[in-house]
Amino acid sequence: MSLEYITNIVHEWLYANLNATLALFIEFFIIGVLVIGLFAALGLVLIMMERKVSSWMQLRIGPNRVGPGGMFQTVADTIKLIVKEGMTPDSVDKLLFNIAPFIVMVIAMVVMAPIAFAKGFQIWDINIGVLFVLAVSSISVIGILMAGYSSNNKYSLMGAMRSGAQIVSYELSAGMAVLTIVVLSGGLRISTIIESQQTGWWIFKGHIPAIVAFVIFIIAVTAETNRAPFDLAEAENELTGGFHTEYSGMKFALFFLAEYVNIFVVCAIGATLFLGGWMPLHFGNWEGFNHIMDYIPSSVWFVGKTFFLIFVIMWFRWTFPRLRIDQLLQLEWKYLLPISMFNLLLATVVAISGWHF
Amino acid sequence: MGLGNYIKEVASGVKSLLTGMKVTGRLFLRHHKDKLTEQYPNNKATLTMAERFRGEVVMKHDENNEHACTGCTACELACPNATIKIITRFDVTPEGKKKKALDTFVYHLQLCTMCNLCIEACPTDAIKMAQTFEHSVFDRSQLIKKLNQPGSKIRAGVE
Repeated sequence: MSLEYITNIVHEWLYANLNATLALFIEFFIIGVLVIGLFAALGLVLIMMERKVSSWMQLRIGPNRVGPGGMFQTVADTIKLIVKEGMTPDSVDKLLFNIAPFIVMVIAMVVMAPIAFAKGFQIWDINIGVLFVLAVSSISVIGILMAGYSSNNKYSLMGAMRSGAQIVSYELSAGMAVLTIVVLSGGLRISTIIESQQTGWWIFKGHIPAIVAFVIFIIAVTAETNRAPFDLAEAENELTGGFHTEYSGMKFALFFLAEYVNIFVVCAIGATLFLGGWMPLHFGNWEGFNHIMDYIPSSVWFVGKTFFLIFVIMWFRWTFPRLRIDQLLQLEWKYLLPISMFNLLLATVVAISGWHF
Repeated sequence: MGLGNYIKEVASGVKSLLTGMKVTGRLFLRHHKDKLTEQYPNNKATLTMAERFRGEVVMKHDENNEHACTGCTACELACPNATIKIITRFDVTPEGKKKKALDTFVYHLQLCTMCNLCIEACPTDAIKMAQTFEHSVFDRSQLIKKLNQPGSKIRAGVE
C-alpha cells in the first residue's frame, strides 16, 4: 500500500467514471485540499518542534502544559490567533497590506509543486523542476517588500529592504550550489535527479564539490528563509518585528506559517538534491544491505531526511548570534559566492572526467 | 589579503561555528539531565532557595523566645524608604535604673526593596533576611508585620 498505489487507484477510478475534464478538476481539488492540509499540519508540527528544540538547547523544558507533553500548545496558539481581531491600521495602503500575506503564502504553496514526497507521489514532475523552484521561491521577496512598503512604517520598510538585499544576494550562491548537483546528475527534472542517486546519494558520490555545495546550500537557504542568524528582516531588538510589525491576528499567522513552510520546502529541496529524496540509502554493490533498506517506505525516507535538515537549520538558529547587515553581505559576496563559483568549476571537472561513482 | 590568508580565515570561521554547534548539540542531547527550569508550583516540596536570596526581614529568636534587638534604631536610620519603625519602651532594672528596650519592631513589607542595609547596620545581629517569597495577600494591612514575637525579651548580656 504505497502512496503511488493509492494515487493510481484514485486516478483510474476518476477517469473511468467521469468525463476527463471533470475528473481533472476533481484531482485539482483533491491536490488543493492535500496541500492546504499539509500546510496546517506543517505549521503545527514545525512550530512545536522549534519550541522544543530551542528549549532543550537552552536547558529549559519548553511548552508542557497543554495536552500530553505540551503537544497541543500550537493548536491552542492557532485558535488564539484565529479569534484575534485582524486589524488594518488607518494609514496603510489597504490593498497591498491585505494581499501581502496571501502572496507570501501562495508562493510557498506553488514551490511545493515539483517536490517528490515519495516514490511516484509528486504533484507536477516538470522538466525544469529545480529551475522552477529557484525562480518561484525568489518571488516571495515581493510579498515581503509589499508588506513592508504598505505598512507605512519606517521599521517595516527597513526590514523589507534588508530582506530584499539579503534574498537577492543569497539566491546566487543557493543557485550555484543547486547547479553543482545539476551538473553532476545531468538533469533539471526532480525525478531524474532522484534516479541518478540510485547507487548512492550525491553527498557521498560527489566527493568534495558535493559536500561544499551542501554546506553552502544550507547556509544560503537559511538566509533566504530569513531565519536566524540571518533574520535581519525582523531583528526584534532593532526593528520591533520588521516587515510584519503592523500585522496582527490571522494575517500575522499567515506570515509565520509561510516562514515555516518555506523552511520545509527548502529542506525538502536540499534533501532531494543532496540526500537522495525518497531514495533509500544504497551503497554500490552491497546487495543485502540495499535490500533491507528498500523495506523502509520511501515516504519515511523523504520525511526523515527533510526533518533532519530542518533540525540542522533550527540548530543554527539557537546557536549563532545574528549578523550585522554589512557582515551579512560580506559573507555572501566575499566568501560564499567565490567559493561556490570555484566549487561549480570543480564539480564540472569531476563530472566531465567521470570521477564520481 | 592573500589567498593563504583567505583560506585560513574561512577555515577558522568554520571551526568556530562548529565549536558553537558542538556546545548546543551536547546540551540538546543532555537536556534531560541538566535542565535548569524549576517547575515551581509542582516542586514546592523539594524547592530550595539560594542562601543569598533575600525574601523578607525576620528577627532571630532562640528557643527561650529571646531576641538580640536592643532597640537602638540603627536599622530604622539605615533604611532608605522608611520600611522599619521601632517603638521602644523603658524597662526598670532590678537596680532601679531605667533601660531602653524594644517594644515593637514594625516592618512594612510593601515598602521593602530587600536592599539588606538594615541587616548590615544592626550592631547585635538581631535581624536577618529569610528565603520566603510567597508574599501575596488579599489585604495590604497584612503586609505590615510585627517582627518580635509576643512575650519575647532581649537575651541577657546583649548590650
